[in-house]
Amino acid sequence: MKFSGTRSYVATADLTVAVNASVALERPLLVKGEPGTGKTELARQVALSLGLPLVEWHVKSTTKAQQGLYEYDAVSRLRDSQLGDARVHDVKNYIRKGKLWQAFEADTKVVLLIDEIDKADIEFPNDLLQELDRMEFHVYETAETIRARHRPVIVITSNNEKELPDAFLRRCFFHYIRFPDEETMKQIVDVHFPGIKPALLAEALAQFYEIRETPGLKKKPSTSEVLDWLKLLLAEDLGPEDLKRDPRQLLPRLHGALLKNEQDVALFERLAFMARRNG
Amino acid sequence: MFLPFFAALREAGVPVSLREFLAFLEGMRAGLVTGDVEGFYYLARTAMVKDERHLDRFDRAFAAAFRGLETITADEVLAAIDLPREWLEKLIERTLTDAERAQVEALGGFDKLMETLRKRLEEQKGRHQGGSKWIGTAGTSPFGAYGYNPEGVRIGQNESRNRRAVKVWDRREFRNLDDTVELGTRNIKVALKRLRRWAREGAEEELDLPGTIRATAEHGYLDVKTRPERHNAVKVILFFDVGGSMDPHVRVVEELFSAARAEFKHLEYYYFHNCLYEGLWRDNRRRWDRQIPTSEVLRTYGADYKAIFVGDASMSPYEVSHPGGANEHWNPEAGQVWLGRAREQWPANVWLNPLPERFWPHTPSVGMIREIFAGRMFPLTLDGIGRAVRALG
Repeated sequence: MKFSGTRSYVATADLTVAVNASVALERPLLVKGEPGTGKTELARQVALSLGLPLVEWHVKSTTKAQQGLYEYDAVSRLRDSQLGDARVHDVKNYIRKGKLWQAFEADTKVVLLIDEIDKADIEFPNDLLQELDRMEFHVYETAETIRARHRPVIVITSNNEKELPDAFLRRCFFHYIRFPDEETMKQIVDVHFPGIKPALLAEALAQFYEIRETPGLKKKPSTSEVLDWLKLLLAEDLGPEDLKRDPRQLLPRLHGALLKNEQDVALFERLAFMARRNG
Repeated sequence: MFLPFFAALREAGVPVSLREFLAFLEGMRAGLVTGDVEGFYYLARTAMVKDERHLDRFDRAFAAAFRGLETITADEVLAAIDLPREWLEKLIERTLTDAERAQVEALGGFDKLMETLRKRLEEQKGRHQGGSKWIGTAGTSPFGAYGYNPEGVRIGQNESRNRRAVKVWDRREFRNLDDTVELGTRNIKVALKRLRRWAREGAEEELDLPGTIRATAEHGYLDVKTRPERHNAVKVILFFDVGGSMDPHVRVVEELFSAARAEFKHLEYYYFHNCLYEGLWRDNRRRWDRQIPTSEVLRTYGADYKAIFVGDASMSPYEVSHPGGANEHWNPEAGQVWLGRAREQWPANVWLNPLPERFWPHTPSVGMIREIFAGRMFPLTLDGIGRAVRALG
């Protein structure tokens, strides 16, 4: 089982090595990087490429580690007991399986995505140490131990909102998705928009990197933004000559896809104003 | 056999433990990378670096650990290792021109070919880019490891990487992720996150399950209890030094401010100039006609606020120590008196200094303020903010 990018995902050499290492050595892979560089997409593509089903666990600020294992629905049981339901006698009826449980008991190896682990409480990763390490956990209510039938391929993404505990990091392999250079970006665009006119692409990418380099931007546009922007350019059927900005109008065409907050737009307008005055 | 490399990493400050090192060796033994120096580098990186802030240190340590071996000549390697035939064949495709290949074919014989190759390699000795013995000893391709070819051809992998003449780790692409260097709003927010204090206050909207069960058990009927949701309840008061020597630091301070603003619900801020005196202001345009007495600020915000002073602390020592020392107005009480009062009012306090730490000893007033703050002065870098936040606890 080797991962090497797919038809719709360009994997750089370092990413390939990281994924293959974590698959072969059965360790979770922690992926970080700027927003919009395809962290979540990676898990989907790994699943696709290895031909395994994908289990996604999206973490929110209120998510508890226990919810990934199982939840004991005490409220339903309480209600049922008041109604005199027969189901109430078996506690199993009120245990809801979490994503980790689903991944552990699957018939085949699966890819488990734990998305945006940094969103959860600081203790969240610590609570998963044993489960990820031994790939088993204990259900207290029914006194049974759930063991992984096939150790799943685990991909964990983080946006760096919180520091992850050392003990957790030591158990993972780590990869930082760097913002792609122009060469890789061309490949990525090619995968998404085959047959895009080279002249348009060159002009668009040149402008895009110029925007990214502008000092003082609050939110730098990223891979997913450039793909959206190109989609718009294609939908509007613009050519490279349309993209050429006249100096009096510094904002790029359809800038809404690239600049995501009003301070950045204002910054560009100020630059435009200065360019006009100087020109 | 990679122990020196392991030691070099630890020395460079990459927090790698034995556990990760073993994982890396396991990966080597599993044959995840063979004959590919970049792959080796990537595997080492993915197994042993756990934080992008350490990537740059890793790159430097990697380069240092494997640099000394560049001096090994091609001949020594050729002599030391029996080369599998297909590697040579692959190298030949690259190294010899079509005409030469035709010539060799005309001459016939692999031995002859090998001879030519050796000669060719010898010619290129002067330009070869180095790498190290480790790949060789790990039982993989010396060509991959050594990269003789100035174009960076690596045998043992299918695609050519001709355009990469610079070694990946020498490019040091992760330089700005090192936490002693750069700041961005996002990063500051992450650093400030540590100050979070969760507390339940306000409207009772969330179902309190344990409470409900307890109450139900006590009363014998279903008694639903609710409780307020958790909020970040930390309170922060910021004091910014503005004007004069602070002008070059406007950008970082601005970033700190916008990050703090987004992060804390209870955030108060005031401006001062050089040192804390009897008056503060919130709007720099109206700093003379809209001053707020410092005593009032001290009274208004309780001891549960965490006080953060941001300034370069670079001024004349009299501005700190003497009444009347302020450079813009007559101050009846010395700056240190006011700083002392503020520290007393807010026991959790720090001073963040945008000046790099190594310049601090050059300015006496920095030392004075540092003394007033009992050493709780930190540089305005990610690492510094991290330490400050820990000191605020």
